Amino acid sequence: MSTRFDPELVAVFGGLLALLVVATAVGAVLRRRVTAAGARATVENAWQRIVAWWGMCAVFAAATAIGPLASTALFALLSFLALREFVTLTPTRFADHATLVWCFFVILPLHYVFLAVRWYGMFAIFIPVYAFLFVPIRAALAGDVEHFLERTAKIQWGLMVAVYCVSHAPALLLLDLPGGAGATPKLLLWLVVVVQLSDVFQYLAGKTLGRRPVAPTVSPGKTWEGLIVGGLAATGVGGGLGFLTPYSPVAATGMALLLVFLGFAGGLTMSAIKRDAGVKDWGSSLAGHGGVLDRIDSLCFSAPILFHLTRWFLPGSV
Amino acid sequence: MNHPLTPVLIAAVKLLCGAHARWVGCAPEARQRIYVANHGSHLDTVVLWAALPPALRARTRPVAAADYWSRGFRRWLADRIFRAVLIPRGVPNASAEEREAGARAAVETTAAALADGSSLILFPEGTRHPGAGVAPFKPGIWHLARMRPGLELVPVWLDNLKRVLPKGEFAPVPFLASATFGAPVVLAEGEEKGPFLDRLRNAVVELGRR
Repeated sequence: MSTRFDPELVAVFGGLLALLVVATAVGAVLRRRVTAAGARATVENAWQRIVAWWGMCAVFAAATAIGPLASTALFALLSFLALREFVTLTPTRFADHATLVWCFFVILPLHYVFLAVRWYGMFAIFIPVYAFLFVPIRAALAGDVEHFLERTAKIQWGLMVAVYCVSHAPALLLLDLPGGAGATPKLLLWLVVVVQLSDVFQYLAGKTLGRRPVAPTVSPGKTWEGLIVGGLAATGVGGGLGFLTPYSPVAATGMALLLVFLGFAGGLTMSAIKRDAGVKDWGSSLAGHGGVLDRIDSLCFSAPILFHLTRWFLPGSV
Repeated sequence: MNHPLTPVLIAAVKLLCGAHARWVGCAPEARQRIYVANHGSHLDTVVLWAALPPALRARTRPVAAADYWSRGFRRWLADRIFRAVLIPRGVPNASAEEREAGARAAVETTAAALADGSSLILFPEGTRHPGAGVAPFKPGIWHLARMRPGLELVPVWLDNLKRVLPKGEFAPVPFLASATFGAPVVLAEGEEKGPFLDRLRNAVVELGRR
């Protein structure tokens, strides 16, 4: 009970609420003032993003308040939606149907069940070992050899990114941190806040100051100016919110810097896949943001590293 | 009007395949229309139906094959949830007269549903087409258009549903699917059967190329 209304958690969610209120007010003013055609589209997109943020924050806060199982279930749903977006853009063939049925309805749920029952060993190897071997075996039994390695690799990649990597965010709840059971939801909140604010700050800094793209062929919207200014701002926030983590303020700042970098790298990598597939967004389920995978690509790459570094630095924590 | 379980079914369909609606050729207006779509999967009916805004959905009935939808759970779905218009399908090895009588009964049943003021969902290919393209349209839709001059036939392209649930498979795979609604086709004065069916089919095929 005490974990649910932890004063630090309440304070941070209160801060997020204040941030949303300010963003909504600024957005409402901009929508009235800005009339130029080019800027208009940007403002409308920003407004849609703010509206979607209200929904995302509300769902995340509700899951945190209900408890670890609800948070795990929420991330299982995100994995399902992300995998759905991933395979939609992956040119699989009719023969892959059965393999994909296994991925969605057996492998994904089982992986999250291992997490929910806190079976760490199985959680850690189920997808990289068992599913990795199962997918090509099932595909070979289906008998279609055309582009076999390519198709199989894409399905394995989808499982790794959309299921395995994403699940390392709720896996933080498995850790046995100093500070008792209330410590892990705070670490999860810290991860999500740092990584998502980093995306927002980089977007804002890129829109206002952006000049030189980091990788123009992959994502013209990601600029050095956006990365450095937005990334440093998010790192600062991560250090300031270090009380949510088991780390000292200096270590929390360093960790936030690493997460910001990984989040950027995740966004860039997933952009390369989208470019290759010839699309701009993974889907259209979150108005203004694109698909679920557009929103959590940075989390995919940062969550597993935060999880494993925390296990490394705090031995015996699982 | 709607069954209380309808929202549950719609939510399940959206979780499975998104059922995203794209209105590119017309707006979702509350007027009587026939939605004419390509057919590749058992899910086509429910996805197109789920993609409609609730107000339009409440007055839109799918036209479906009586032999498939007449038993058990499907029967319940067809009657209570979709309020489907069930029509006989061509029987293999039927004589010419039997075939003609079946076709006439199908057109009459469908026309009666139109007379009630309902909009319809119709798959003029007649059956699920396993390949990549769209099969030739059956003439029933032309007869309906002649009975109701000025009625708007909205071409709809259903994308990706063959991947979600291909013909012959039991379990679906969640892919994002969409329904694209094109510009309405209206039967021209004196337009012949062949040219009209080609024009309508092309309107559907063109949406798939966008």
